[in-house]
Amino acid sequence: MHDVVIVGGGVGGTVTANLLAEELAPELAAGRVRLRLITDRPEHVYKPAFLYRAFGRTSPAAYRRPQRELLHPAVQLVVDPVRTVDVAQRRVTCASGQSYIYTYLVLAPGARVVPERTPGLVEAGEQFYTEEGSARLYRRLERFEKGTVVVSVIGVPHMCPVAPLEMAFMLDAFFRERGRRDQVEIVYTYPINRVHSNPAIAEWAAPQLVQRGIRVETFFNVERIDPEQKTIATLEGAELAFDLLIGIPEHAAPAFLEESGLTVDGWVPTDRHTLAVKGHDNAYALGDVTDLPVSKAGSVAHYQASTVAANIAAHVRGLPAAARYNGKTFCFIETGTERATYVEFDYDHPPQPVRASRWVHWAKLAYNQAYWLTARGVV
Amino acid sequence: MTQFVIHREIDARGSACPGPLMELIRALKAAEKGQVVAVISSDQGSKVDIPEWVAKAGHALLATEDAGGATRFVVQKAR
Repeated sequence: MHDVVIVGGGVGGTVTANLLAEELAPELAAGRVRLRLITDRPEHVYKPAFLYRAFGRTSPAAYRRPQRELLHPAVQLVVDPVRTVDVAQRRVTCASGQSYIYTYLVLAPGARVVPERTPGLVEAGEQFYTEEGSARLYRRLERFEKGTVVVSVIGVPHMCPVAPLEMAFMLDAFFRERGRRDQVEIVYTYPINRVHSNPAIAEWAAPQLVQRGIRVETFFNVERIDPEQKTIATLEGAELAFDLLIGIPEHAAPAFLEESGLTVDGWVPTDRHTLAVKGHDNAYALGDVTDLPVSKAGSVAHYQASTVAANIAAHVRGLPAAARYNGKTFCFIETGTERATYVEFDYDHPPQPVRASRWVHWAKLAYNQAYWLTARGVV
Repeated sequence: MTQFVIHREIDARGSACPGPLMELIRALKAAEKGQVVAVISSDQGSKVDIPEWVAKAGHALLATEDAGGATRFVVQKAR
């Protein structure tokens, strides 16, 4: 019996489970393989919706589905937060105390935000990387009449690398639509000397920010925030005042991975092509939790799931694990509330943003609905 | 190679831009004033990014050295 344990109920874990259930249908039917997906919550959440939630453009009913509904019937669902992974004993132990022995392990638990690592951010900052955060930000934006809004990228890497730019563009459109733009200054800050870590995206985005009258501060590494004075102090010695701070917090892998000794400098060391956890040929990692120089984005987890599923299916059949991930990434970029562009790139080919259009914006909105087919492994 | 008392050395070879710079920033953030941090980068962009950031942040770039095809930046936290 081959026991496949998948940790994580996001896009990476869900797609991997469904692809394996399809591919290994004969082995599952014969009782030679068991597929388990372990997650910490009974509902699957489509996180890209949080950007829209921050502007009141979606609701929980649109971005939540019961995890069970998304999984192939052959996949056993376990809702029980993982506490430890013992790679020597090949055992995953959950909060309930229940343990699961695995033949093959897939780590796809995603990343979490850790705003508490930046002094003052929890007290003074808003963010849109969690459901609660985006709902709270919407309430603040609705009431915000005038002043300075700072969109500050504090932690790199972070989930959805283009989302801070999208937030800045959408804020501009949001305040224009409400006739308040002349009362609101928007400032965008980034830690390095350009507006995005990817040079091609930075080159495209910089003039877009200027065109919208969004002030840019680069080489801006937040050291601490003073909630009383409403100021940001940087490592570079600068100080910036704000009325509303939207901070992109530092991110980290789930604590259980660090406590299990599976992280190095915060992330899981992963082979960039096979996606095997380095030093563990029977364990794979995908999505936000890896240390790979790729975007922490849903599309990446989606593409990586194909590689991981193919390699595990090969192991089960005694074949070489020949599937390779090539760094493929696809991201839509909202450039306001009515237009969008997109980028597609991989390890060897940099992105080339195209002219923003209404069509791409509608394609993005359509994909937000079609996502549920992606999670099921259909597209 | 110049000798300095290195508090922490980071081997960021293989890490794409801006990885080495961000590693250096994180290390200096955690360091005490006066401590020296070294970062080794194989990314060509680092040759511009790292000296530029060190100057802007008011720290001291003590050395830029060849490290077997990569570059070793030695930086002292100055404030």
